[in-house]
Amino acid sequence: MSDLLTAQALDAARDAALAAFAAASDLDQLAAARTAHVGDRSAVAQARKALGGLAKEDRADAGKRVNVVAQAVAAALDSRKAELEAERDARVLVEEAVDVTVLPARPPGARHPLTTISERVADVFVAMGWELAEGPEVEHEWFNFDALNFGGDHPAREMQDTLFVAPAGSGLVMRTHTSPVQVRSMLDREPPIYVICPGRVYRADALDATHSPVFGQVEGLVVDEGITMAHLRGTLDHLATAMFGEGMRTRIRPNYFPFTEPSAELDLQCFSCRGSGEACRVCSSEGWIEWGGCGMVNPAVLRACGIDPERYSGFAFGMGLDRTLMFRHGITDIRDLYEGDQRFTLALGQEA
Amino acid sequence: MRVPVSWLRALVPALTASADDIAAALVRAGLEVEQVHRYGHDVSGVVTGEVLDVEELTEFKKPIRYCHVSVGERSHEVVCGATNFKPGDRIAFALPGAVLPGDFRIATRQTYGHTSDGMICSGAELGLSEESDGILVLPPDTPLGVDVVELLALRDEVLDIAVTPDRGYQLSIRGVAREAATAFGLPLEDPALVDAPAPGDGHPVRVEAEDGCDRYVARVITGLDPAAESPAWLQRRLVLAGMRPISLAVDVTNHVMVELGQPLHAFDLDALQGEVVVRRAREGERLTTLDGQDRKLDEADLLITDGSGPIALAGVMGGGPTEVTATTTSILLESAHFAPLSIARTARRHKLPSEASRRYERGVDPALAPAAAEVAVRMLVELGGATAGPVTDVDSTPTPPVLSLPLDAPGRLAGRDYSPQVVRQRLQDVGCTVTGDDPLEVVPPTWRPDLTGKAELIEEVLRLEGYDTIPVVLPSAPPGRGLTAEQRLRRTASRALAAQGLVEVVTAPFVGAQALEALGGGMECPEVLNPLSAEEALLRPSLLPGLLSVLVRNTGRGLGDVAVYETGHVFVGTGSSAPAPGVQGKPTPEELAALNAALPAQPRHAGLALSGSSWDIAVSALVELGRALGLVLQPRASDVFPYHPGRCAELLLDGRRVGLAGELHPRAIGALGLPARTCAAEADLDVLVAAAAAQGPLEAPHVSHFPPASVDVALVVDAATPASEVEAALRDGAGELLEALRLFDVFTGPQVGEGKRSLAYALRLRAPDRTLTDVEVLGARDAAVAEAGRRVGAVLRS
Repeated sequence: MSDLLTAQALDAARDAALAAFAAASDLDQLAAARTAHVGDRSAVAQARKALGGLAKEDRADAGKRVNVVAQAVAAALDSRKAELEAERDARVLVEEAVDVTVLPARPPGARHPLTTISERVADVFVAMGWELAEGPEVEHEWFNFDALNFGGDHPAREMQDTLFVAPAGSGLVMRTHTSPVQVRSMLDREPPIYVICPGRVYRADALDATHSPVFGQVEGLVVDEGITMAHLRGTLDHLATAMFGEGMRTRIRPNYFPFTEPSAELDLQCFSCRGSGEACRVCSSEGWIEWGGCGMVNPAVLRACGIDPERYSGFAFGMGLDRTLMFRHGITDIRDLYEGDQRFTLALGQEA
Repeated sequence: MRVPVSWLRALVPALTASADDIAAALVRAGLEVEQVHRYGHDVSGVVTGEVLDVEELTEFKKPIRYCHVSVGERSHEVVCGATNFKPGDRIAFALPGAVLPGDFRIATRQTYGHTSDGMICSGAELGLSEESDGILVLPPDTPLGVDVVELLALRDEVLDIAVTPDRGYQLSIRGVAREAATAFGLPLEDPALVDAPAPGDGHPVRVEAEDGCDRYVARVITGLDPAAESPAWLQRRLVLAGMRPISLAVDVTNHVMVELGQPLHAFDLDALQGEVVVRRAREGERLTTLDGQDRKLDEADLLITDGSGPIALAGVMGGGPTEVTATTTSILLESAHFAPLSIARTARRHKLPSEASRRYERGVDPALAPAAAEVAVRMLVELGGATAGPVTDVDSTPTPPVLSLPLDAPGRLAGRDYSPQVVRQRLQDVGCTVTGDDPLEVVPPTWRPDLTGKAELIEEVLRLEGYDTIPVVLPSAPPGRGLTAEQRLRRTASRALAAQGLVEVVTAPFVGAQALEALGGGMECPEVLNPLSAEEALLRPSLLPGLLSVLVRNTGRGLGDVAVYETGHVFVGTGSSAPAPGVQGKPTPEELAALNAALPAQPRHAGLALSGSSWDIAVSALVELGRALGLVLQPRASDVFPYHPGRCAELLLDGRRVGLAGELHPRAIGALGLPARTCAAEADLDVLVAAAAAQGPLEAPHVSHFPPASVDVALVVDAATPASEVEAALRDGAGELLEALRLFDVFTGPQVGEGKRSLAYALRLRAPDRTLTDVEVLGARDAAVAEAGRRVGAVLRS
């Protein structure tokens, strides 16, 4: 019989293992002790291997001895492991506690609020089945004025409002509104037409707290059979609700634009006082804020775009995205949108 | 347009609503009442008085008077600096405790050695006028001790109305009064309803330019008392309407213009030479206008002329020699209708906007000329002792059109019903003559040239019934397809840049030649003809100038590490001319193609600028942008100004350059005042998006669940050999078993030799269907090393 299988040897192996486990002061040392006393090369494992060399009649007895020792070693290991884990939980994890408010200074990024609000407005309409339409920023006057029923002498064509692009007399302008995109949409498509057109537009305004030579605008256009001013109102109320919350209303007042007839000024219920007008600084207690313009597409515009005004009618609306942003975020100086100061944009994050 | 509410009430006598309520009702009808000004509400304690005696105090630098003023029961001593009054004059006297406009409080005080127990008021001090010469002397029959606010009707409100270009009739009290009368359902007393005497035997007038003048009424007025002054009520009305009283003749013409909307011009009849001819200017003609300017006339200018030549720029401004003066006793009064466009162009050409041209531009009622002249003549007769003379009326005004309006058209466009009675009534409210059953035959009133079709008539019905009565209904669009692939990819591109820690900015596209020069120049781009700043007259051919100036602004504000990006249009090349097609129908495809061909190219770019960072961040930003779009952008060393020649990468998509990135050249950094080591990048976003959209859905990889084998190789190559080439060789050599490759160490030193460097790569190998054997792993590694050796002369480092 192998020496390994003597009661004495097995007891010694057990004692050595138990002592090593007891001596392990942390889980790493215990893992090392486990390898030494439970692993393939441990005395107990060797003893189990040696069982195979015994005569059949001796094997049962020796096997029982090995098992008793192996169980004792395993139990000691489990118990010591539990002790050490408890100790780790009680002490080590406490020692490893950190200040979770101290974070690495990973550089953050941000998207411009004009971008995110454009996307947000577009999404409201795309969700209703509308198309998102785009067009060039240097436009020919025909798209920017003529087709929109601006007569040749309309004051908007004057130098103080419109930026003209060389060569002189070429009829090239920086688009003054996103309406040329509406014209292009009507030329490119057959009714029914449901398009939303956000974009940057240009005016000959010097940059100050309330004016910028470049600003964001969004316009919508619908041309279909049986389109009414009630549809215009419904669409505007829907947009107001989507942008500013449930229950927000709009109001329209008669006004004049060459490209719509009837035309209307668009007011938004003050999002701050919700129209109550009580001591409200946002709307000067009027309960309403000017938001944009709208109306029913002028038959002259439909004709210029090759659409039969006897069969189709349409509505159009437009509003300043800058203004919408200023309402939503309490921005008081439009320059903040165009100066590119990182602190401004970072504070507004990645989504509108 | 400034509309005194008292004047409005004179035309709508039953109108008792407050100024605020009138303003609200007008706003609802579509008039833009921008403000309600209040006058006289801040004046109290001023009564009429009589000057009892005057003592001139001569010991002061300026004339000072010590007076006694009786206000009826008692008298006050007062010191006064004005000299335009004498004992016995009736004046407005502010008692101690009185308040004048601007919260100016009057108290008893000591001044110039006397007690001043009140103040003798000027017109300006009472808010009657902007300025005044001396104090206000009242008529001798004025009773004493009466409240001046009541006596002079100082309390009034003025509605300030912004008039839209289509509604010239609102540039008159008459026009606004019609809207107010309709809004409140009250009768209007139209001051234009006067009987004008029939023409005959008047001053000779010939209209040569009929396309510029379709009506010319001229009235002769004689025997005007040049000393006659405008009465206080007339002056007061003009002041409230925003005009300065000048003389009776001028004040009367202005009063009629404000009340009726018809500009009038008074010529001194004695200065006129013969027949009045309305014609276009001839080459070389000049005219000195009332403002003293000698003007060179354009052949398109419409003129009033007499035997001496031009005497007025028709509808814009009169000329000096025929001006009505303080001695004028005979007048030729012009009441004409000029073509709006002709007047607009002349006013613009000569930079001479006037009260008259503002009205003509927007359209004056062509039927109004005789009535307006008659109203003015009657006033001059009554107030100036004049005699009405003969009448000239040259009339070629067209008959107003008859418009056809189906009865249900307003309701169909509004989305609600209007009864036939309502439709008729509303059209009549604005002055239309309505006949017929269905469709209605509608003749617009002469003062509404804007009513040219169905849509305009519909608007009148809708606005007068109130837009707030139109229902709210959401239209249903046909099912949509969402954003286009390009639109989605552009959003992805924007998010991908932000995800790398970049902050998006929006900059104006205006750049200066100098900034472009500093960035290397040679970029052709469009020019703005009327730029906001002469230094920035070009449209950006690149996003870099805007991004770099934003970077400078941020660092200037003490922000250390700046990382900004922008996506937007750039403008390349210059545009050209294309004729504008008509607007009577859709342009032909050829016409549209010509319009589009005239535009400069306007591709969208994505750009970024970094400070406190390094070149590799700029390059990898574009590589990552490509990755987000599903594209592989390969960097390759390049040397393009404004980039650092040794730190510039071009980004290749299938061998084609789509962007540049790297550190900027020190020369560009110096020229633009940028922080040292500023980095930048720019790519053609349109090209990237188009390529991404064209490639369609990416194929999914087979993710093997078998164990990987890792093996490292260190290769010695020429220092000039780009890592990307070594990498490509390793990939190709290792073949399909290579799952991933990572450069983990770059080493230079004597151990690897002069002009050499060692690149250490970790290769992760894996097969899709089995566990790799050692032989396979080593075979792949050896093949990779061999390929690197073959292509770039790489040697396995020993």
